Parts: sequence; structure tokens; C-alpha cells
Amino acid sequence: MHGFANPARFLRLARWMTPLLLVSGLVLVAGALAWGLFYAPADRLMGETVRILYIHVPSAWLGMGGWTTIAIASLVELVWRHPLATIAARAAALPGAVFTAICLATGSIWGRPTWGTWWVWDGRLTSMLVLLFLYFAYLALASAAQKDGIGAGSRVTAIFGLVGAINVPIINRSVVWWNSLHQPASITMGKSAIDPAFLWPLLICALGFSLLFGGVVLARMRAILANFQAEARLRRRAMASEALASVEGATA
Amino acid sequence: MSTALKPKHQRLVLVILALVVLIGAALLAIWGLRGQASYFYVPSDIASDPPEPGRAVRLGGMVQEGSIQTLADGVTVTFVVGDGEATVPVRYTGITPDLFVEGSGVVADGRLAADGTFVADSLLAKHDENYMPRELEDMSEAQAKAVVAETTAK
Repeated sequence: MHGFANPARFLRLARWMTPLLLVSGLVLVAGALAWGLFYAPADRLMGETVRILYIHVPSAWLGMGGWTTIAIASLVELVWRHPLATIAARAAALPGAVFTAICLATGSIWGRPTWGTWWVWDGRLTSMLVLLFLYFAYLALASAAQKDGIGAGSRVTAIFGLVGAINVPIINRSVVWWNSLHQPASITMGKSAIDPAFLWPLLICALGFSLLFGGVVLARMRAILANFQAEARLRRRAMASEALASVEGATA
Repeated sequence: MSTALKPKHQRLVLVILALVVLIGAALLAIWGLRGQASYFYVPSDIASDPPEPGRAVRLGGMVQEGSIQTLADGVTVTFVVGDGEATVPVRYTGITPDLFVEGSGVVADGRLAADGTFVADSLLAKHDENYMPRELEDMSEAQAKAVVAETTAK
């Protein structure tokens, strides 16, 4: 595992993985969305509204997957002090927040014709909104910690990432524990209440969005690392010129 | 001898302890929210512990088959909501959502009248977890399978 601690090795891997993930994700998403939006049938009750499923469900999964990534990376950061884990957690936060927001927006648009309301405060919708707010708080904490450099401030962010993970199983179980307007899970381990005509484009869409998510996270990790390197180089140069100045001052 | 833990393992134990405490706290909170965080009452809740008439409550359940009746004024519907154990008669005046059909889920905001009828101010349709194409609904299972096999890319 410590082989990956080496940023140089990570960068070599990320250099070809990033475009690969982004391009294959885009191709899959475009194909599956075209299938879902134009060829898949309409639902017996919801009609054409069902098509929002192909964006809503993968976004919901990735919104929760994003925080799971943050939580695992935070654990690795806190226990093993792995520098790349810190960067991975920071990189996953923004795409996770974007997918959570997409999930909430598409769900609301679907809810109006299906349920007859844009929003209700039931267990599932409320816990998903809490996840979005957790992302906002995490992003604010991370950007505050960045100003102090990666160190004590970063540890607070990691602890927050770990504590916030408690919301993920709550979102997942909310429709089981409490009566809610949102329907229970259609896809559970090895079983699906979604007709295969909808299920296949949905699963391919989810895979495509996941690849896109991975690609964005890798690209953001590379950007953060490049920033560190640039800063370190500037600092070295400043120190060198300062040393030179003091040497010149002494000889004058 | 070195009974002292390595710092790495010390941190691991600390984090695991903190997580156990955290999960315990969360379970306690969820336990406390058990009755409160539900979005609606089901008919058996109403039957076992009826809310006083006039208090705003939310009722959810399945619209019983054959129970929807439109009254003479054309905009008032009456139907029966059940959950398999108890039933509550409901009256609602207004436009019903598209998904409001017999045998599907419904959530009604309103209050219990003195005669035991639930008077709803608003109706929300609840969608279940089943997604099925319109064309497949009336077919037999074998026909449906054949259509799916034809229209699904290999």
C-alpha cells in the first residue's frame, strides 16, 4: 500500500488513468442516456417522467459514494498519515456535492408530477439535504485548512469527514426506519423491482457516471499536487534569493 | 520489552473507539426519533391511538380497491385507506394527482372529523418501488419476457 504513497508513482498512474476514465465515462453516459431517453419505454403509471431516473439514481449513489470516499480517505489520513489520502478526500468533495445537488434537483422535478409536490420533509429527502449541507461545511473547512497548509487544520477536516459519514447509512435506511413519501429501494442485493427495460440503461448510466466521477477526482488530485509543487518551488526560490542577498550584504 | 503501542496503532485504536462511540450516539438518536421522524401515520396507528378531532395529522396507506367514489358535486371524492390491518374512510375536495388510483399509495394531509372520517386538505400520491413499462402491464409474464428479450440490446 505504501507504494502508492509516492506521489511520483501516483502521478505516473494518474496521467493516463484520468483521460481514460473521463472519455470512457462520457461515452457510456452519452450512450446510456440516449438509450434511456429515446428508446426505453415509458412507465405504466409515471409515463415519460420515469426517464429522469437515469440521472437521479446514479447521482444519488454518487452523492453518497463521494462521502464514503471522503470517510475512507479521512480514516487513512488520520491513522496512517498518508499524504495522498488527504488530497483524495479534498478532491472527492466537490464532485460529490455536485452529484448530491443534481440528485435533489432532479428528484424535486420528478416529485412534482408524480407525488404532486416539489418537496416534503420526509426522512429520505431531509437526510439527503443534510448530506448537501455537510458537503458545503466540508468544503468550507477544507479551504480554511488549506490556508494553514496541510497539518493540524487538515486533521479537523478529516475528523469532520469521518463523523459526517454517519449520515450515509441513515440516508440508505431512512425509507425502512420511517414512513416516508419516497419509495423504498428498488434495487437491493441481487434483486430488482425495476423492469429490465429500465434497469439496463440505468446500470450503464451509473457505471458511466462513476467513471466520470473517478476521472474528475483524479484530475483534481493532480491539480492539487501540481499546486503544492509550484508553491514549494516558489518557496525554495524565495529562500535562495534571500540567502544570496544576505551573502551579498555580508561581503559589501 | 515494548508493551507501548506504535503511534500508528495507537491512532487506529483511538479512531475505532471514537467511531464506536459515534455510532452508539447515532443509534440512540435514531431510537429517539423512531416515532417522531415518520412522515405520516398509517391507519392502524389511527385505530390504536386516534388523534383528537380537528388536530392536523398526515395519513398514509393504500387506496382500497373499489373504494373511490366521486360525489354528486363532481370534485369531492371519498375513498378508504388501509394498511392491511385497519382502514380509515377519507373525504377530499380538489384535484387528485395523476398517480391517485385504487391499489396505490397515498398520503393525505388533514384532520379527523367527529364521525371518524378523515377530511383531507391535500393529497400526495406515493409511488411504489416497482417500475414497469406501460406495454407490459396487460401481458402475461411469458409475453412480457419475449418483448423484453426482443427490445433489449444483447
